[in-house]
Amino acid sequence: MNPTRKRRLIVVLLVVAAATVAVGLGVFALQQNMNYLFTPSQVQSGAASNHKTFRLGGMVKAGSIQRSKTSLLATFTVVDADGAMPVEYTGILPDLFRDNQSVIATGHMDNAHFVATEVLAKHDETYMPKELKDAMAKAHKDKPMQEGSDAGGSP
Amino acid sequence: MSKWIPLWLHKLSSPPTFYRFAGALRPWLLALALLTGAIALYGGLVLAPADYQQGDAYRIIFIHVPSAWMSLFIYGVMGFAAFLALVWRIKLAEVVAMTSAPIGAAFTFITLVTGSLWGKPMWGTWWTWDARLTSELVLLFLYLGVIGLYHAFEDRRQGARAAAFLALIGIINVPIVHFSVNWWNTLHQGSTIRLLGPSTIAPGMLWPLLTMMLATKFYYLASLFGRVRTDLLDLESGKDWVRTIATGSTLQ
Repeated sequence: MNPTRKRRLIVVLLVVAAATVAVGLGVFALQQNMNYLFTPSQVQSGAASNHKTFRLGGMVKAGSIQRSKTSLLATFTVVDADGAMPVEYTGILPDLFRDNQSVIATGHMDNAHFVATEVLAKHDETYMPKELKDAMAKAHKDKPMQEGSDAGGSP
Repeated sequence: MSKWIPLWLHKLSSPPTFYRFAGALRPWLLALALLTGAIALYGGLVLAPADYQQGDAYRIIFIHVPSAWMSLFIYGVMGFAAFLALVWRIKLAEVVAMTSAPIGAAFTFITLVTGSLWGKPMWGTWWTWDARLTSELVLLFLYLGVIGLYHAFEDRRQGARAAAFLALIGIINVPIVHFSVNWWNTLHQGSTIRLLGPSTIAPGMLWPLLTMMLATKFYYLASLFGRVRTDLLDLESGKDWVRTIATGSTLQ
């Protein structure tokens, strides 16, 4: 390799290495800061007490969904492994919202329950036909198919 | 350099040779792209079964996921070509890097739009600032920046070198997009197709997805070759080989 190309190669590699280190440090710093959500047990232990508005994440407790007959009001309970939080929401819920679904609700605390202004359903990365799911559910009747089946039952 | 790279590759990187090579291959690539694309669409929209949770709405993955793969793949090609262009000043590498940018930007745009259309009914929102969505948006801006910088210079080769530098530095974003779902707590789901370990998708849904991945690769090459040919004619417009083509001789 001639000296000009060698010099260019070194300069280019150095610039890329420097940029990688800079971005890497940024990513590392964000990792501590980008707490997208709080779980019900974290909220109950007071981890979210200095946030007026925050995101609550967890699983919809099976059988806890109640819809109002006259309005769009829905109430349900969000649970994690060792906590539960009643949630109130007025609006259209996403298609994937159902029992044992992971959800992320944005809102604030009102006394002991959480008033959500937005409810998002988190989708898992599993894709399969309904027939296959039914067959698998039959095989594991005592164990629900949804992810995190430990939080599916009552806490 | 000729010591490193085999002679045929060295020859292929000369503009007139590549012009003829790309011209001969392009119709075949385009035909393959249309054929595999049609098979994949039929497989994905008609033959594949509905999903257990999402019903028919999941079928957008046959567009969304291959586009997302291409947005990263094309950035990789662009970054590698930019590296060759910066260090060895190979004209063909500059042209490949610069003509890849609009194709990659288009795939990134399709990824963002289809994801948004799916996100509204499924997640309940068009957009959220989670790590995966944000880094993919940064990818789109990087592509647009490369295109803009390239056209901001009077001298095209100077513009290509400046834009190649941006393309090369921006390649850091590619692993961030890919691993964002593992590094942070995101609304976007993790990877379904895994190279190591089992994929979490039924075989009847997997094959149309992989066929579409092939179709987008063929389309990219066909589109790239067409654009490279046009740009080479433009860049070399004073040279003999271009004049021969322009006057209607039988070089091509």
